[in-house]
This record gives sequence, structure tokens and C-alpha cells, in this order.
Amino acid sequence: MADIIQVNNLSKSYWRNSLEIPVLSELSLNVNEGEFLALMGPSGSGKTTLLNIIAGIDRPTNGSVSVSGTDISKLNESALAKWRSSNVGFVFQFYNLIPVLTAFENVELPLLLTKLNKSERKKHVETALNIVGLGDRIYHYPKQLSGGQEQRVAIARAIVTDPLLLVADEPTGDLDKNSADEILTLMERLNKEFNKTIVMVTHDPHAASRASSLLHLDKGVLSTNGQSH
Amino acid sequence: MKLLKLIFKNSLRHKLRSSLTIIGIAIAIIAFGLLRTVVTVWNSGVDAASANRLITRQAVSFIFPLPASYRAKIASVPGVKEIGAANWFGGVYKDKSNFFAHMAVDDNYFVVYPEFIVPKDEMEEYKKNRNACIIGSQTAKQYNIKLGDQVVLEGDIYPGRWEFNVKGIYTPRDQNTDATQMLFHYEYLNETMLQQSPGRANSVGWYIVQIEDPNNSASVSKQIDALFMNSTAETKTETEKAFTQGFISASGAIITSMNFMSFAIIGIIMLVLANTMIMAARERTREYAVFKTLGFSAKHLTGLILGESLLISFLGGGVGLFLLYPLIEGFERAMPKGFFPYFYVEPITIILAVTATLLVGVLSSVFPIHRALNTKIVDGFRHVG
Ligand SMILES: Nc1ncnc2c1ncn2[C@@H]1O[C@H](COP(=O)(O)OP(=O)(O)OP(=O)(O)O)[C@@H](O)[C@H]1O
Ligand SMILES: [Mg+2]
Repeated sequence: MADIIQVNNLSKSYWRNSLEIPVLSELSLNVNEGEFLALMGPSGSGKTTLLNIIAGIDRPTNGSVSVSGTDISKLNESALAKWRSSNVGFVFQFYNLIPVLTAFENVELPLLLTKLNKSERKKHVETALNIVGLGDRIYHYPKQLSGGQEQRVAIARAIVTDPLLLVADEPTGDLDKNSADEILTLMERLNKEFNKTIVMVTHDPHAASRASSLLHLDKGVLSTNGQSH
Repeated sequence: MKLLKLIFKNSLRHKLRSSLTIIGIAIAIIAFGLLRTVVTVWNSGVDAASANRLITRQAVSFIFPLPASYRAKIASVPGVKEIGAANWFGGVYKDKSNFFAHMAVDDNYFVVYPEFIVPKDEMEEYKKNRNACIIGSQTAKQYNIKLGDQVVLEGDIYPGRWEFNVKGIYTPRDQNTDATQMLFHYEYLNETMLQQSPGRANSVGWYIVQIEDPNNSASVSKQIDALFMNSTAETKTETEKAFTQGFISASGAIITSMNFMSFAIIGIIMLVLANTMIMAARERTREYAVFKTLGFSAKHLTGLILGESLLISFLGGGVGLFLLYPLIEGFERAMPKGFFPYFYVEPITIILAVTATLLVGVLSSVFPIHRALNTKIVDGFRHVG
């Protein structure tokens, strides 16, 4: 299978008062198209940082990252924003829904940047909400939903533009076991049925076991510990 | 714009905070409108002064009179077209709080003040009657004085009880023409003085000199004053504008401070709204990171924040302007009657208020926009607030 993500010699440092804090150093990684990769590691090991760089919301200090043939480390801000909007879906630990918007409006947000008209947008939003099983909650506001339901709205928002890649940063980190299971089942389905490539950061070995492959990140070094790689 | 709905929803997020901000802006706009109105009303007295009218008065002070004999001499100066004469009468109409000018004037007064429009038949009646008077339409309306009514003044500068018969009501030609004066025959005053205290007779408060060409005002003024140099009553001639300005200059400091205050108020509401917007934007740091992650651009975020800021400032400004008119009327009623001859909201006040509202809306959003645009996505997500 073709690599969808190619990370080469990636280094990332943050600076605090001209003091360099190295987080990732000379790290390389390939992810196949259709892979469901779980990324584990201790707190502070740089999992979120790596995920953010792959998804194009943070920049590498050195090295290159290309996703489906585009070297995203070379794109300028606005090109990168455009690239994100059509290629990546984001799922966060704390859902990050806009509280004043209904489930429908939250899912519709990414479509406002497309050329779709109102009725086309409606069709897409309803399809996405039906996939996550919330077709009957479309006019609810986030605070009228449970955590699991909120996360499913967030997943609907992530898939509504039909991106190649889904990135999820501890998507079950704030959920009880049942809700977490539902979310993981949903992600499995998105991977198998809709052929989405997924990179998921998690602390939970149970969650990681639902993925098709597993990598450990520790002190900026990746180690293979999963089924593939 | 597809984000319009979100702008509305955002502004309603903290209903109490937004309402308080809107009320604050409304109050400030009302205060601004009131102060500007007082300032413009004051200045309009100066603006109403005609450029081709000179005022000749006693050099020391306009409270000292000039001899009536000066009239003919002034008329001989080249460039002089018409001369009118007036005496400040003072006096009280019914009650001290009733404030409008009472003046003894010659018939030429109505020639040099063409902005006082008197119907022809009323003017004829006025000229026929020795104790006739003509009253400005605003004063007539305010005190319900009609043609044929008797008006009695209790004299102070000229003691005694003075009875007048209303023979005419003049209407103002321009919006800033003073429509509050009460004018009566100089002859009536002078004849009475001749009998009661001859020493005060044949004197004029000031002359109003209409000139052919306003460009010559300086040289004509000089020539008039030269005529009476070294006499017992030297004159000072200046344009009506300068005269009016001198008349109100004592109040200049108050007007200056009102001017300053009206703009200070705008500065204060700017701080109020800026504070609201900064708080709102800080709370939404994570949401802005979400918008950016989803691919929304700087333009979109600017629109969101600027839109909300403008929405709040224009709601406040709108409420303020809406309430300004009834409040101005109430304010006018509360003032001593006739204190301000023409109290109205000038278009420039509205234009300034709307401009201020716009400016406040824009400037208040500058800092939050700057912050939202310059916060990196990853830092936005790490923000705890
Ligand atoms: N924007 C930033 N500015 C400065 N330092 C940062 C920034 N983001 C991360 N770091 C630092 O980089 C290191 C790795 O952070 P990262 O969030 O990637 O870890 P993580 O593996 O996701 O941890 P956790 O499991 O706790 O989420 C940490 O030491 C963190 O303090
Ligand atoms: Mg993390």
C-alpha cells in the first residue's frame, strides 16, 4: 500500500526565553493509506506535537513532512490553511465545539469555506450526522449533549468535508468507558468502511488495541511495538 | 456573509455584559449629543451674524450709550448702506425667569436685519402706533402672546411700568435666526426719557451699520471710529461676528470644557467597549484556534470580531440617538425659558455621533483582532481560560 504520510528527519524545538526545548529529534515515520495508527507514550513525550505537525497546525523546526505527495512544511500559512480544510479532519480530547452553534451549525462550519450552496451543505451535514448516529439531535446545542454525543458531533465535523486523513488527540480521554467504546467503534468503522487513514494519540492501551498499528514515542524517539512496522 | 448569524449569537453570549455595554454606549452618546448641541447652539449665535453688518458701540463698553447725533456722521462714511439703532431695554416680563431680549429699535432695524420677517400689514400697523411692539414667533408661541395683546414690562434700566401693544410677530428666515426678541419703537422710549430724565434722552445703545461690501469692513470700521476720535464718546466698530463673539466670550471657558468633555466621553466608551471585546476574545481563544484549524482565514476572524464590536457599538449608538431627541426637548423645558434661543440637534451632531460610534466599534476591536490573528493555533489550544 502507498504511504500517505512521510515524515523525514523531523525535529521540533520550542523556545522559552531563548532557551531551546527540544521535543522531537530526527524522527522518521511512514503511514500507509488506510492505516489506523495509534500513538502512545508518556506525558510530555511529544505525541501532540508530532500529531499537530502531521496535520499542518504546527511547523517542524527541521525535516520534511509530506502528506499524499504534498510537502506541507513548504506551504505558506494561507496555503496550509486551505490544504487543512480539504485534507484533514480534526478530533480533539475536549471536542472543541462552538457552544453558541447547534450540532448542525458546528458540522456545517467547514463547509462554509467550500463552494457548496445551502441545500448541498444541508445534505452533507445530515449525512455526516447520520453516520455518527446523531441524526435526531441536529438542533441541539453542545451543552444539551452528553460528552460522547459531543465527541460524535466533533467527528461529524471532521468527516463532513470527506478528508483523506483523520487526526485524533486522545479522543476518548475525557469519556466514560461506554462512550469511549462507541467512539472507538465509530472510528474503526470510518477506517474500514470509509477507508479513512487515522492517526490517533492515546494513553489508553484498550483504545490503542482497536487500531491497526501502534507506535510508542518516548523521549522523542519512536519505537515499533504494534502489529505492523 | 455566512458568519453573520455567528456574530449575532456571539454578541448574545453574555447577555448581561452586552446589555450593560450597550446601555453604557447609549448613555455616552446621549451625553455627547447633549453637550454638542449646547456647544453648537452657542456657536450658532456667532454663525448667524451677518458679514456685512458692523456694530458701532461705545469704545469703553457697550453698556455706555452713544449720542443719537452720530447717526448722520456715520451715514456720511463711504461704503455705508444703511444704519439701524438699538437700545438694550432690560426689564422683566411677568417673572425674572422669563428671559428674552427686549430692545428699543428704530424702524431701520428691520432693514438691517432682513432675516426678521414681518408681514407687510403688521409692519404698517406697528409704524402707526407709538407703543407698538413686534415679537419673535418663538417667544410669542412660548408665552402664548397674540396680535393685539398687551405686553407689560417692569423696567429696570428704564424704571417704570411700560405697556406695549403687540402689532406684529416676526418669523425667522434661517434656522439659526433668533426668533425670541421683543422689539419696540425707539421713539417711544426716547420721548418718555425726554419727559422723565432728559439727560438720558437722545442716546443710542449701539448702531448697526450695513455696508456695501463685506470685504471693506475693516476700512469702514476704521473710518467710523476716526470720526469720533478724541470726542467724549469714542466708538469701537467691529463686525457683528466679532461683537457677538465678544458678547459670549465670558462663557468661552465653559464651552471649551464642554467641547473637551464631549470628546472625552467618546474616549471613555471606547475603553468600555474595548474591555468587553478583549474579555470576549480572551474567552474565545480556543474557538479562534478551532476556526483557524478548520481553515478559516484572518479575514474571517477579523470579520467575526469587528462585526461583533460594530454590532454592539451601533446598537448602543442607535438607542442613544433614538433617546436623544426626547431628552433634548426635556432638557430645553428644564432650562430657564428662552435661555437658548434656538435649541435643536444639528445634523453635524448626528454625523459626529455616528462617526464616533463607528470609530469606537472599529478601534475597540483592533487589539482583540491583533491577538486572535497572532496567537498560533497550538498556543490557542494550550490556552486555559
Ligand atoms: N506551544 C508550545 N510552546 C512551548 N512548549 C511546548 C508547546 N507545546 C508543547 N510544548 C512542550 O513540548 C513537550 C511535548 O508536549 P506535547 O504536548 O507534544 O506532549 P504530549 O506527549 O502530547 O503530552 P500529553 O500526553 O501530556 O498530552 C512538553 O514538554 C511541552 O511542555
Ligand atoms: Mg498531548
